[in-house]
Amino acid sequence: MHDECYEAVEQLYTYLDGELTYERRVVIAMHLAECPPCGDAFEFEADLRVVIAQRCRERVPEGLRARVWEALLRMEQPPD
Amino acid sequence: MIPVADQATFADQAMEHMGSLYTAALRMTHNPSDAEDLVQETYLKAYRGFGGFQEGTNLKAWLYRILTNTFINTYRSKKRRPEETELDDLENLYMYKRLAGSEGATAGRSAEDEVLDHITESEVKEAIEALPEQFRMAVLLGDVEGFSYKEIAEILDIPIGTVMSRLHRGRRALQKRLYEFGRQRGLVPEGSPHA
Repeated sequence: MHDECYEAVEQLYTYLDGELTYERRVVIAMHLAECPPCGDAFEFEADLRVVIAQRCRERVPEGLRARVWEALLRMEQPPD
Repeated sequence: MIPVADQATFADQAMEHMGSLYTAALRMTHNPSDAEDLVQETYLKAYRGFGGFQEGTNLKAWLYRILTNTFINTYRSKKRRPEETELDDLENLYMYKRLAGSEGATAGRSAEDEVLDHITESEVKEAIEALPEQFRMAVLLGDVEGFSYKEIAEILDIPIGTVMSRLHRGRRALQKRLYEFGRQRGLVPEGSPHA
């Protein structure tokens, strides 16, 4: 593994999270464009993240929305 | 006293986030009935504390802050403190390194693509729920809800460095678990040199 590959992988998550400075981001993007093994690895990580985000969604249970609205409305009523 | 009309508008906007809040609540409590209670409690507190919400700040992040605080104060009390739990620090690219270059179970497909396609909802949910609490929260906020490091730091009231450490460790542990699921289901070739 070259130094550039090592550096890129060290910043894998901050890069994918969009949390790097512009300068760091450009350096890594250029490396990924010219180093297929790193490019593939980053692409896999990005795809995996989409899979995780999409496959753990829950539907709001039936009745919960109405139950919360009712509770909020009760709070609005002045105490007796 | 806040005019009720404003509070109603606020409630309307806050309601849009119920799906996300319920998803997080269920991953945290492991229990649909507790998750419903947690979500309801969050909305009630948000409604009451509406005066403390700054217009123009991120409503969703604010709701998550209330949700996580309520969870920590109410639902977690009987369990051990999360600081006692640690995670091994795994290598980067844990899954990719073990899959890259090998054939998938279906001819002509890479093992990476095959595993990504076949990870099920219940596997993802189980893998997230298996994470120790502080890592689970970071992963939920970062990877499922897409909050920035700064937002996560504010929601959990921890420094950004801690956010990064929890998020990155949590992700690697999650990958390891998902990789194990793939192995159990035969999606990962047994002859894999690292297996």
